[in-house]
Amino acid sequence: MTHIHDVVIIGAGLAGMRAALEASKVADVAVITKLYPSRSHSGAAQGGIAATLKNVDSDDCIEFHMFDTVKGSDYLGDQDAIENLCNEAPEVIYETEHMGVPYSRTPEGKIAQRKFGGHSLHHGKVAANRACYAADYTGHVLLHTFFEQCIKQRVRFYSEFQAVGLIVVDNRCLGIVAWDIQKGGLHVFHAKATMFATGGYGRVFKITSNAHASTGDGLALCLRAGLPLEDMEFVQFHPTGLYKQGILLSEGARGEGAYLLNGLNERFMERYAPTLMELAPRDMVSRSIQTEILEGRGAGPKKDHVWLDIRHIGEKRIAAVIPQIRSLCLNFGGVDPIKQPIPIQTTAHYSMGGIPVTCDGRVIYDEKNSLVEGLYAAGECACVSVHGANRLGTNSLLDATANGRRTGRTIANDIGKLKLNALPENPMEDTQERIGRVAGSTGREKVIHIRHDLRDSMEENCGVFRSGERLQKQKQILKDLLERYRQIKIDDQSKVFNTDIMEALELGYMLEFSELIVEGALRRTESRGAHSRTDFPKRDDVNWLNHTLAWRDASGQIRFGSKPVVIKNYQPMERKY
Amino acid sequence: MIRTFKILRFNLEKDKKPHFQNYQTECPPGYTVLDVLYDIKGLQDGTLSYRRSCRSGVCGSCGMKINGVNLLACKTQVESLKKKVIHVEPLPGFPVMRDLIVDLTPFWEKLENIKPYLINHTPPPTTERYQSAEDQLKIEEATWCILCNCCTSSCPSLWANKEYLGPAALLKAYRFVFDSRDEGAEERYKVLNTKSGLWRCHTIFNCMDACPQEINITEYISKLKTRVVSERY
Repeated sequence: MTHIHDVVIIGAGLAGMRAALEASKVADVAVITKLYPSRSHSGAAQGGIAATLKNVDSDDCIEFHMFDTVKGSDYLGDQDAIENLCNEAPEVIYETEHMGVPYSRTPEGKIAQRKFGGHSLHHGKVAANRACYAADYTGHVLLHTFFEQCIKQRVRFYSEFQAVGLIVVDNRCLGIVAWDIQKGGLHVFHAKATMFATGGYGRVFKITSNAHASTGDGLALCLRAGLPLEDMEFVQFHPTGLYKQGILLSEGARGEGAYLLNGLNERFMERYAPTLMELAPRDMVSRSIQTEILEGRGAGPKKDHVWLDIRHIGEKRIAAVIPQIRSLCLNFGGVDPIKQPIPIQTTAHYSMGGIPVTCDGRVIYDEKNSLVEGLYAAGECACVSVHGANRLGTNSLLDATANGRRTGRTIANDIGKLKLNALPENPMEDTQERIGRVAGSTGREKVIHIRHDLRDSMEENCGVFRSGERLQKQKQILKDLLERYRQIKIDDQSKVFNTDIMEALELGYMLEFSELIVEGALRRTESRGAHSRTDFPKRDDVNWLNHTLAWRDASGQIRFGSKPVVIKNYQPMERKY
Repeated sequence: MIRTFKILRFNLEKDKKPHFQNYQTECPPGYTVLDVLYDIKGLQDGTLSYRRSCRSGVCGSCGMKINGVNLLACKTQVESLKKKVIHVEPLPGFPVMRDLIVDLTPFWEKLENIKPYLINHTPPPTTERYQSAEDQLKIEEATWCILCNCCTSSCPSLWANKEYLGPAALLKAYRFVFDSRDEGAEERYKVLNTKSGLWRCHTIFNCMDACPQEINITEYISKLKTRVVSERY
């Protein structure tokens, strides 16, 4: 079946729905999601969304937010995109409030703001209250509010449709192919404009804060269509995942004053970031935690975790501002954080890299920023790049909302000029063949075993600390896993809700772009932001102050290119906190 | 330890009616029902279908009936069930699409009917609309609803009358009617103050027991009733 819409957006998280709200003012928009909109992983974000509203700190200013974001990115963020992000932030937040987001409030009735890692006043002097929050349900209430606004604006949703193919002919995007999960069967979505907002890919790691659905589908579809991905080696490991589970415990806890303690009960951040302490950026805090554990100062019988201590914040304040943290600890960790410190470990959380786009959300296909006509992306799946080598907490909800809006506006502007170009003769041919091949797999390998081997080995060899030796090893492991993937077995041949085939397709996606993460990390012989090489511990601005572009051809060959970083007001400096 | 899971299976392409299928599986300490379903699907039977995503209780995908109670599979520790044999079934009150997956279309339609969005005809200021911390607290807990429908499908009034809006849609109505920024109460009363609306709630409290977010749903519905009575009668 073929559906025709002006615009088709894949993904119904914050970026996808915010874009839909803009584009649907002037065009017929369809949003495709493999879940339901309210199930998207934006809803798991807890702590806040950054903007210089000055509701708590009257001396905060937009320029401080820019500086913090650039420094936090370890100077790999593009400063034009960061200027846009920080300039637009206040207006973007006020809009969400007008839409109905139930923010927590200051005593005067303004949007409440709290501290978050890496956000400071006067270029690092003191922590800034810049994170606007709704208790620790900030992502959840934003997601639901955008969904509500989409209902109001009658945006057409195709829920439980999974994108399985991207149609690009001669650098012109014509739409996508999607699988109807509820009924079975392929559908073509033929559109003038196509946008990816498919989120992240934390599921390639063993310990992750990400949902089962976070399998990077949009990235893999771009890669298969011959398009490059940018900066894939930069993966953020969040410092405070619940021990063994990886479930996110918001940085909002540290924003409210929580301590990090090692097995000796020391506030070990003193050694690594004496000024900002627990509120240093995530890459530094995660490395500090790993270092404590590697040097034998971890907690517990295996000395394999550290503690997050919120007891001194007090039961009343915890219930008021971080209630979800307590319920997550009680339900998933069997720990009551009012009485005991919480065991935590680093957890794969966010992909700074992704589909390369211009500041306005247009997808590019080479080092010269040439445009793929009619293709757009925003949110975690995109690389603008506002986060560079390390994202600051609360800048992701802002990125998804601000750049979702920006990209929606770009589409609204472009739509009059874009035509509904003719589809190729059989636009589903490749996809049909690929799904048929997966569905008919009668080999010996179980998908779950390959998936576990992928995430265990990525955790082991491509985690917080990396080395040439480990990455070489991982490169070979991925080749072996791809080989084993050809021998999988599919049990389910039904049409209705065949999640067996969908999970196998997702595994295929993850194996392919994991090669870019690993080989990109191997190629980048320096340490910058979240990419930390023990064999190259220093940042190297002479050779590596640039973005990685990587392509993967049908035979699995990877080719690399690079793109300069946009530098405006801030020259790279040593990064201390 | 090893436990037996009796899972209600249904595949309309093959089965005339649903039937229980038994699976034995190892459940280490800390295992949730979702972990068990994941293992069964991956290791024993790839045809088992269920919805899941966040596995941390916030997306609302994995509501199902576990030993007779509506729960989120991801939030339910196997040990807490204290039974050797565990029954897992789809949420009651909705048509079953396959195995543990129900058709939520009737719910999404009801949700739309109550106009689930802020209605405010006054042009907004250039900054935020002010709201007192006290007014925000009136709606805060209600906004934590994850639309999992554990409540809706536990409601005997809904089992008896499928047209009834049900607790989740009413909770959403409460969240807007009691939002100091909202001006749409009158429009919503037209839907709430009907035969299939607010008055079908008989204060049975099943919804509150079922809510994985521990929201005081019945209390909010009662406040909504009081408000409608005081403004309309």
